[in-house]
Amino acid sequence: MTHHMMKPAAKPAPHGKGGLKPLLAFCKPWFPAVAVALICAVGGTIFTIIGPDKLSQLTDLITAGLLGGTDMAAVGRAAGILCGMYAASFLLSLIQSQIMTTVTQRTSQRLRESISRKLNRLPIDYFNRTTFGDILSRVTNDVDLIGQTLQSSVVSFVSAVVTFLGCLAMMFVTNWVMALSAIAASLLGFLLTALITGRSQRYFVARQEELGALNGHIEEAYSGQTVLRVNNAERQFSEKFEALNGKLYSASWKSQFLSGLMMPVMGFVGNLGYVTVCVTGALLTMNGQITFGVIVAFMTYVRLFTSPLSQIAQSLTSFQSASAASGRVFELLEAEEMEDESGKTQTIEHPTGQVSFSHVRFGYTPGRTVIQDFSLDVRPGQKVAIVGPTGAGKTTLVNLLMRFYELGGGAISMDGVNLRDVTRENVHDLFGMVLQDTWLFEGTIRENLCYGKSGVTDGQLDRACKAAGLLHFISALPHGYDTVLDGSVSLSEGQKQLLTIARAMVEDAPMLILDEATSSVDTRTEEQIQRAMDELTKGRTSFVIAHRLSTIKNADIILVLKDGDIVESGNHEQLLEKGGFYAELYNAQFSGAA
Amino acid sequence: MLKLFSHLGKREWAMTGGALLFILGQVWFDLRLPEYMSEITVLVQTEGSSIQAVLAAGGKMLLCALGSMLLAVATGFFTAVVSATLTRNLQSALYHKVLSFSGAEMGRFSTASLITRTTNDVTQVQMLLSMGVQLIVKAPVTAVMAIFKIQEKGTPQWTLITAAAVVLLLSFIGVQIAYLLPKFRIVQKLTDNLNRIMRENLTGLRVVRACNAERYQEGKFTAANAALTDNNLKAGRATAAMMPFISLVFNGVSLGIYWAGAYIIEAAGMADKLTIFSNMVVFSSYAMQVISSFMMLTVIFIMLPRAQVAAQRIREVLDTVPTMRDGDKTGGGTKGEVVFDHVSFRYPGGEGNVLEDISFTARPGETVAIIGATGSGKSSLVNLIPRLYDVTAGSVRVDGVDVRDYPLTKLRDKLGYVSQKAVLFAGTIRENIALGENGRAPGTAPDIRAALSVAQAEEFVGGLLDGIEAPVAQGGTNFSGGQKQRLSIARAVARRPEIYIFDDSFSALDYKTDRALRERLKAEAKGATTIIVAQRIGTIMDADRIIVLEDGRAAGIGTHQELLETCPVYREIAESQLSKEELER
Repeated sequence: MTHHMMKPAAKPAPHGKGGLKPLLAFCKPWFPAVAVALICAVGGTIFTIIGPDKLSQLTDLITAGLLGGTDMAAVGRAAGILCGMYAASFLLSLIQSQIMTTVTQRTSQRLRESISRKLNRLPIDYFNRTTFGDILSRVTNDVDLIGQTLQSSVVSFVSAVVTFLGCLAMMFVTNWVMALSAIAASLLGFLLTALITGRSQRYFVARQEELGALNGHIEEAYSGQTVLRVNNAERQFSEKFEALNGKLYSASWKSQFLSGLMMPVMGFVGNLGYVTVCVTGALLTMNGQITFGVIVAFMTYVRLFTSPLSQIAQSLTSFQSASAASGRVFELLEAEEMEDESGKTQTIEHPTGQVSFSHVRFGYTPGRTVIQDFSLDVRPGQKVAIVGPTGAGKTTLVNLLMRFYELGGGAISMDGVNLRDVTRENVHDLFGMVLQDTWLFEGTIRENLCYGKSGVTDGQLDRACKAAGLLHFISALPHGYDTVLDGSVSLSEGQKQLLTIARAMVEDAPMLILDEATSSVDTRTEEQIQRAMDELTKGRTSFVIAHRLSTIKNADIILVLKDGDIVESGNHEQLLEKGGFYAELYNAQFSGAA
Repeated sequence: MLKLFSHLGKREWAMTGGALLFILGQVWFDLRLPEYMSEITVLVQTEGSSIQAVLAAGGKMLLCALGSMLLAVATGFFTAVVSATLTRNLQSALYHKVLSFSGAEMGRFSTASLITRTTNDVTQVQMLLSMGVQLIVKAPVTAVMAIFKIQEKGTPQWTLITAAAVVLLLSFIGVQIAYLLPKFRIVQKLTDNLNRIMRENLTGLRVVRACNAERYQEGKFTAANAALTDNNLKAGRATAAMMPFISLVFNGVSLGIYWAGAYIIEAAGMADKLTIFSNMVVFSSYAMQVISSFMMLTVIFIMLPRAQVAAQRIREVLDTVPTMRDGDKTGGGTKGEVVFDHVSFRYPGGEGNVLEDISFTARPGETVAIIGATGSGKSSLVNLIPRLYDVTAGSVRVDGVDVRDYPLTKLRDKLGYVSQKAVLFAGTIRENIALGENGRAPGTAPDIRAALSVAQAEEFVGGLLDGIEAPVAQGGTNFSGGQKQRLSIARAVARRPEIYIFDDSFSALDYKTDRALRERLKAEAKGATTIIVAQRIGTIMDADRIIVLEDGRAAGIGTHQELLETCPVYREIAESQLSKEELER
């Protein structure tokens, strides 16, 4: 019952209608269980169909007794058989529903698990082409939708088909005249249903769209409430809101009214069928062609017969949406992965810190080269700073060093070993990383500090936190390192930054990549962070993405980037002397508006 | 809950009354049906009945069925219109209420909660109204009327069987609900948890990979996934047992009535046999009606508490009286003058004062800058000028009049305020820049281009396919942080205000753009007062007056040079950002 916001418009599934095929292959281990469930469903349905026949026998026995004595033994037998059938039908449908629930839940679990594992095997590039919301919606909404279809539609489709055919057969076997009249009545019902569903579906879709539009507007207006009030935009927004709300109102009552028509109309069709059967039956009984029991049986058949048609239609719709959902899930699961590296044997164990770039060429998209021909030698222990305006591509170099992306040409090597020849895991072990967006997860401080590394002692943690200037703060927390970081512990931006620095210290990798903190922290905290960073870079080859030029003046090499190109390189003095782009950037920060 | 219905008009009340009457009629027709059924049964069973009699009875039955359907359709129409109207009116009332809230009320409820209250909670109430009201009236009426009929037709044995079935079903459903509700309640929490871990993995993608922590993350996901699956399995299995059990009870009841009927008929006198037989057929259909109406009632008891909670949450918002009142003065003193006169401020419900005894004056044409550590009260200070909050003590005066004495719109006509976080709305760039009113005609295309040019946004907007008509996605997600900031600055420029307020609005800009923007602004907005909150010394060092805030107090007021000499806090900030020789330049 949670109609939240509308989902963002789903991308067309590349699998289209074929989205069910990979799903079937995925579900293969469950086929035997599903087969048992389907057999149970068919069995249960058959009992439902022949039940009325038995009930009519019971009725016949009683009516036969109306004029004289009832054969109580025969009544007992018929009732006993019915008891058995009801019990069997109960058991069969119970077994069926339990199996299908289990299959559904386990399949959903496996799908989610596969997605989770898949994410870590996809190249980083994949995530630039899609949004997080899209991936999350595949894990929850799409998998849920597939689950629901598995849970209900598969079985209801099979039992609807069986009910339909079985009813048809039983009716014709019992009496063909009655059968024809029952079918005529039900057909009318089916036509009416189709008519109503077609119409209400249209308004329902409209309602969902209007609801999405209105909810989107409300969300936007509330979160920007301050801005829109300060700009006196209340009237503009109210007008827009009233227009959207009016549209929703109109679509809303229409869709509700039309979908509400279904129940009474179906009820009437049921009664119509009943009367048709009774009148036809009465005619036939009076002529002595059938017994009263046949009428009783047909009263049930006519009700049983109307429902499967609409059920089949419903299942088909649900298969369609499941197919689309499955297409989206498997588009992700079948996306191209990163190169398999299990065959690589070369490793870099104890690097000196020497890194060389030779004739590196790279572009994020084919045909648009970002780095043309870049060569650079970094000696052990040097500090390399990367500067440039926002959007100049400062992170590109980091991406290449960490092998988040593969080169388009040339090579990056350490101590003469090409990074391409070792595993990505090995490369990652060589670098410690502190990024600008401080990424911490919900877990204890210890978990956050030792992230991905086992066997870290408290002594090591203490040293790292002391160097980062965090020891005092952490010891003041109620549970020290085991304090859980969640909504209840509020960390300032600066403290978060210091924690990620401490994490890099704990990791103690031979080389470093640092993305400097920006203006979100106050100056004193920033000084503290700077001190911690300096502590961290001591004796390590480091690559620093710099935002504040004053902090990297002591760098050994400064690379100046503009529009993705490295336009200048050298140390601070050389670059200032050159009077180029760096000098321009550097001077801009000290002069206020003229 | 009931109070919310005051948002219905006369028309809707008439419709509701009509719907109630129609439901009664519908139940009456529905319960007539079995009587005609029994009449037909008797006719079919009696030797020598004419086919006309059967047709007549069948015709009457169909008329009843038709009547019931028509009444149901009419009821459906009325409830659809009434519930959609209530939803529309409630949403509208909530929306206007929320737009009238000041920072104090927004803070009390939180934006996220207000959104849920306006959307989800209203939907909950609508659902109860559209589905529930029919049930609430129909189920008990049907149950009561059917029970009366049962007493007419029934024998103690049949009644006992039916009663037993009702008790059995209700206790089964009761146990189920008790078992399932807690499971359903935590589903959302478990799903959120799963989502959180996956979102974590996605947002920290580089860190996860750089730390070789893929296995670690996967382990966390597996645990959360198992917890969710486990809960869903238990809930799913219990739910799946419901339908087979219900149909077993229904089948059992009709079998029981017929079986017992066989004995009763056997025991009865010859003359009564046919009557008892037709009573049996009628009774079994009444019994089904009674059982299903009790089941419908349980559905209501599940829905009702939820809707009640939702209604309560809606009421809380609607009953809130905004604390801020409009004044009626329109100003008079020097245009563009802002005066803080011994201002102290504490957030509603907050513990200590965020601002303490602040006094300064910003005159037309001047630039006043505010600098200080995070949490020192910079944003709180500028928020007092557009009256997002009211002062706790002292007063803020704009153009010589206390801001509390203006009508809010008149006050805000004078201001161009750029918030810390750039806010863009879905629409086009032009709509975003020309947002709101300030007592002048809406901005024309050239005005907007000029504002974009001042805000250093001309170049990237010009590069867009549709220029100023280019679409802006909800939340401005199709623009970078720096672009969003420049667009929201252009919005303030386009208002051509007397007073500019920039709340740390330059932080996402690089030094060069920052500087070019301020130069253009100074040239364009000659005579306007500018109040800037900033973190970077470079942004503010040439201001006419700099106010250094520390823990809500003014630690120093003066120019860059004066403060370097007299204010240690300022000197510390400056030294951390600039080297010695740069300070001396």
